Amino acid sequence: MNNQRRNVLKTGSGAALMGILAAAGIIKPGMALADWNKAAFDAKSMADTLKALGAASPADSKDVQVTGPDIAENGAVVPVGVSSTLPNVTMVAILIEKNPNALAASFVLPEGTEANVQTRVKMGQTSNVYALVKSDGKFFMATKEIKVTLGGCGG
Amino acid sequence: MSMNRREFLQVMAVAAAGGMSLHSDFALAEKGAAKLYDLPKFGNVSLLHITDCHAQLLPIYFREPNVNLGFGEQFGKVPHLVGDNLLKHFGFKPNTIEAHAYTYLNFEKAAETYGKVGGFAHLATLVKRMKANRPGALLLDGGDTWQGSGTALWSNAQDMVDACKALGVNVMTLHWESTYGEARVKEIEEKDFAGQIDIVAQNVKTADFGDAVFKPFVMKKMNGVPVAIIGQAFPYTPIANPRWQTPNWSFGIQEDNMQKTVDEARAAGAQVVVVLSHNGMDVDLKMASRVKGIDAILGGHTHDGMPAPVAVKNAGGQTLVTNAGSNGKYLGVLDFEVKNGKIAGYRYKLLPVFANLLPADKEMQALIDKARAPYLAKLNEKLAVTEGLLYRRGNFNGTFDQVILDALMKVKDAEIAFSPGFRWGTSLLPGQPILMEHVLDQTAITYPWTTVTNMSGEMIKTVLEDVCDNLFNPDPYYQQGGDMVRVGGLQWTCDPTAKMGGRIQNMMLKGKPIDPAKTYKVAGWAPVSEEGKNAGAPIWEVVAEYLRDIKTVKPVNLNLPTLKGAANNPGMA
Repeated sequence: MNNQRRNVLKTGSGAALMGILAAAGIIKPGMALADWNKAAFDAKSMADTLKALGAASPADSKDVQVTGPDIAENGAVVPVGVSSTLPNVTMVAILIEKNPNALAASFVLPEGTEANVQTRVKMGQTSNVYALVKSDGKFFMATKEIKVTLGGCGG
Repeated sequence: MSMNRREFLQVMAVAAAGGMSLHSDFALAEKGAAKLYDLPKFGNVSLLHITDCHAQLLPIYFREPNVNLGFGEQFGKVPHLVGDNLLKHFGFKPNTIEAHAYTYLNFEKAAETYGKVGGFAHLATLVKRMKANRPGALLLDGGDTWQGSGTALWSNAQDMVDACKALGVNVMTLHWESTYGEARVKEIEEKDFAGQIDIVAQNVKTADFGDAVFKPFVMKKMNGVPVAIIGQAFPYTPIANPRWQTPNWSFGIQEDNMQKTVDEARAAGAQVVVVLSHNGMDVDLKMASRVKGIDAILGGHTHDGMPAPVAVKNAGGQTLVTNAGSNGKYLGVLDFEVKNGKIAGYRYKLLPVFANLLPADKEMQALIDKARAPYLAKLNEKLAVTEGLLYRRGNFNGTFDQVILDALMKVKDAEIAFSPGFRWGTSLLPGQPILMEHVLDQTAITYPWTTVTNMSGEMIKTVLEDVCDNLFNPDPYYQQGGDMVRVGGLQWTCDPTAKMGGRIQNMMLKGKPIDPAKTYKVAGWAPVSEEGKNAGAPIWEVVAEYLRDIKTVKPVNLNLPTLKGAANNPGMA
């Protein structure tokens, strides 16, 4: 267990940590707000979200991977990752079909960045989770079902 | 060995079953019985495997299920075979000691004849016997060892920890162990087990950074052969059991990490790679088909006492998958012959532990007696007598579960009751007294509180659909390995072959359809949410109160769903 890493993050308050990262040039001010697509995040259905992202009919691709648990341990924080071996990926998005607003996250990747993101999403019920990737200006997609259960009654 | 008349008759019966004619010569009869355990040495790597003993230190009765359904790709396949279908598949004859050991057939009479099974003192004798001609053999414990009895609960797992050390366990993995909380598990690992028992689990990580909580695997050298034992804890611990008991640990199947761990073990020189798993057999079978480089998965969780392994083909060759039952009833013995760094052959046998045929190991018995002494008065309280057979195992209900449901409805004055589909819990023969110990065998958990909930008809359906999908989802990776929640008061129909949302049909209460909008009073126990803490009295108090009151348990009326799509299923009799 890497206690040093954990302690650094524990002792540094969130703001202080952001300050350090900003000072180190890892995060640039305003970066988080760049390319905020309000219409896409406000859209309810999968179809409307894809439209708002300009990705009306993305092709399924084996070169896009969605990782996550088969059954969520806690629907409030479900770890989901997307990676892709496609060339020149500039955008990665995570869509949860059954969420009230399908778009859970959207990442803008600067040129030369490896397409590999990890985040936590909130899920109210069992749903297909879609990874959308923009490569060379075209959209590609992959999916994985993540189950959210009431729990109990096992073993 | 001194024997009473019944024990003598049992030995005689076993001897007869073993192909000997009944003979008045006692010594000869005993010799016949001993043949059951005469397992010749094979190869140079031997693994002894116990799993899911659920803290049963003493011999008990345990009835195997007559309903263990499999659908789709699992239809008619191991482990979804019961009774005659199981005997036929594995090549056993009816009315033999094997038929009794592996199936429910003729249970009451056969249990009278052959006597109780399991018990750590008897298991210890068998382990010693196996080790005697298998130098260097390792003893692996698949977990669900620290939970399932009053003494394990009250001693905070200490009785089982001490018994496992005395038994000579080398490596273990986890499931119910985690319900004692993260701190207790780590305390046992770091203090009691230090230098003696390794806890392994490649799929338990810290929830924040994904750091390993336990060793993913250990390497042991046996007669010069490096053997890697990889751990796979129950993947759905924080879902099937309360998450607040392991808030900082994350589980899951983690297939990619399993492959990585296998590759690491091979790179480190392992000539034999074995996974000690608490996945459950269907999950193990799927994993074996997708991960390369595992020689054997020694499995548990689903309590399937399978007499022979399933050989699963995969891109790397072949992986054996076994499952060694529950409640201390069996000892799995897997022997490998390793030549020039490669496995040249194997033998496997799932030995039933018949207490009357294996004398108790004196040291282990003394340890058990000492551990039980402070609790004897409580354990031995006679609550009632049962007129019928009481058991739990089966996909939809068991007679002991029905008693729990009846107790919940009566004591809590509820019209409907739910009881979790646990697969542990011992059996009682007709005429046996029901002691407090037996009630605890069905209920001893660290979140035993009873609940009374006003539930809408719609919510009742949602709950039943949710649990049913954990059992009958066609993809094993989405199954959690328990049985269906037991239902009292409510009549219903179940179509396991339907999709989630369509499996639960025709819910009726006292002749009237359940109204989705109406509210019903539902009693239950074992809440997994943190809000459920201390909700109501522990379930064993509720059941004990009910039993003290009725004094005699008449043969119970099992509330079973009407099943659709299960006709001619080899997993049902």
